[in-house]
Amino acid sequence: MNSDDYDDSGNETSGDDVDFGIEVEAGSTREVQSIDDDYPYEVLSTDDIVQHMIDCIKDVNTVVQIPATTTRILLNYFNWDKEKLMERFYDGNQDELFQEAHVINPYKRYTIVAKPKMSRKVLGTEECEICFMVLPPSQMTGLECGHRFCYQCWNEYLTTKIMEEGVGQTIACAAHNCPILVDDQTAMRLLKDPRVRLKYQHLITNSFVECNRLLRWCPSPDCSYAIKVSYVDARPVACRCGHTFCFACGENWHDPVRCSLLKKWIKKCDDDSETSNWIAANTKECPRCNATIEKDGGCNHMVCKNQNCKADFCWVCLGPWEPHGSSWYNCNRYDEDEAKAARDAQERSRSALQRYLFYCNRYMNHMQSLKFEHKLYAAVKDKMEEMQQHNMSWIEVQFLKKAVDILCQCRQTLMYTYVFAYYLRKNNQSVIFEENQKDLERATELLSEYLERDITQENLVDIKQKVQDKYRYCDSRRKCLLVHVHEGYEKDWWEYTD
Amino acid sequence: MAALPRRIIKETQRLLQEPVPGISAVPDDSNARYFHVIVTGPEDSPFEGGLFKLELFLPEDYPMSAPKVRFITKIYHPNIDRLGRICLDILKDKWSPALQIRTVLLSIQALLSAPNPDDPLANDVAELWKVNEAEAIRNAKEWTRRYAMDN
Repeated sequence: MNSDDYDDSGNETSGDDVDFGIEVEAGSTREVQSIDDDYPYEVLSTDDIVQHMIDCIKDVNTVVQIPATTTRILLNYFNWDKEKLMERFYDGNQDELFQEAHVINPYKRYTIVAKPKMSRKVLGTEECEICFMVLPPSQMTGLECGHRFCYQCWNEYLTTKIMEEGVGQTIACAAHNCPILVDDQTAMRLLKDPRVRLKYQHLITNSFVECNRLLRWCPSPDCSYAIKVSYVDARPVACRCGHTFCFACGENWHDPVRCSLLKKWIKKCDDDSETSNWIAANTKECPRCNATIEKDGGCNHMVCKNQNCKADFCWVCLGPWEPHGSSWYNCNRYDEDEAKAARDAQERSRSALQRYLFYCNRYMNHMQSLKFEHKLYAAVKDKMEEMQQHNMSWIEVQFLKKAVDILCQCRQTLMYTYVFAYYLRKNNQSVIFEENQKDLERATELLSEYLERDITQENLVDIKQKVQDKYRYCDSRRKCLLVHVHEGYEKDWWEYTD
Repeated sequence: MAALPRRIIKETQRLLQEPVPGISAVPDDSNARYFHVIVTGPEDSPFEGGLFKLELFLPEDYPMSAPKVRFITKIYHPNIDRLGRICLDILKDKWSPALQIRTVLLSIQALLSAPNPDDPLANDVAELWKVNEAEAIRNAKEWTRRYAMDN
């Protein structure tokens, strides 16, 4: 979403909990941001994430005195939930805990599990079990479990795991059946190639973000920022790259519809199920050979085109054609139960499809328009420059950009109102909702039309007043609709269809 | 062709010098990474008395990745399919570079002694092994006699 530190909206309705109009300057360096006043979050760069990871480890280590590398493995095991780790650490069997997390208990360091394999030939040397080289102990290394291999083999082993298998946090010792995990410091010490080291760090950061409930990568392509919140909620968050999304599900901010319904909707749209719905609504099966038939003419006397079948039947009742005689249009088998059931099923299927298409078309339409508005931003920019050449100041022309911002917000809200409406069961409140939707849609289309066309014909001074009037109205309608839906959530007004 | 790594040379030498009882693995004359393997059916198993031919190939990044092993002789076993492919954890995700040809072949021999129908590769065989073990064992003996003897 775009930002504007110039807020001229003097006549806004209240209802801050549903509003993402109060925006944050893009590229702002403020650490803690908020679109909603009461939902603070931070945008973290890759470096910030690493620092945050280190801070988490330090936090734990102020309480628990174990090596930082062990703490990291334990934290990863508990999906970076510090409280859970502490709880298990102090309430449970510590030996079991370390074993489950695949690290050696640091309090029992003296129990070395495996003895280094001494070479039979040369005293004071060891044989690396991977490359079979006989080497002085200084060239061999291993983890706390005692399995030792040469530096070169370790490097190769870790490289294979990281580059080929994409494993980061959970690389086990190279020995067979040894579950002990390679900690990050050891890995970084053993890895030579800077490319591999980078990939390793990336894998570790990624698993940190992925398994931490309070963090989420910005889903925008090629964006490397993550958002950190203090509690998980379905709220809009704006990344430094400009993308606004729902923290709970990662989709574009989708108020008024809730994450679960949106997910259902997206799945429905992606599924082929709609194709089969179409087939059910628009085709029938030949009663003899079951070939799928689409009727493309008015005559109900069907002759199956399957050359091996060529059945004559009636499209209406699917019975054989013969008894219909000349009065086929008064299909004399009309009341037969079986035929009626088949027709009813088709009716249902057909009306379900029509209903879906109705909502889907409108949803897609606003999505498409939203994409076009990016062209509008460019057009408006030209207009703003033109106005500045006519003695208007920079700040005075910002209303145009604000207008497009609001237009986009309205389109996005409208788009998701159709998802909400699709699942909504009709009642008194849903009628009010649809009225609100209708008002917002009409106002949005007027604003859109004005910005796209009429604006060029007006003189510059008139424009400002008209644009401001229009976008303020849109904005207030949008907020009104959202407030109503949210009130409905609180008061349990909404009933859903399955 | 790139020079053979020391590891493969040494392993081959040791295999020839100290062979494992019941197992022979001989590198191919033209390709030192390809081994002709013969495993004898373990005692007290339905495969007893049989000689099973396998092929074993060491891929380019061996020992970082596991050798590729396949039964050539037909065998009736729940963890070995029609094509001779073997379902064995150390040949897949449990592979460790510290394992060797020797340990792999010993594991395969152990698999013949202890079939695991709960983790099947050949579904029909595994099914029979579970519902009618006696018949499955009869089949395995019959296949051993038919395909793994007198050759």
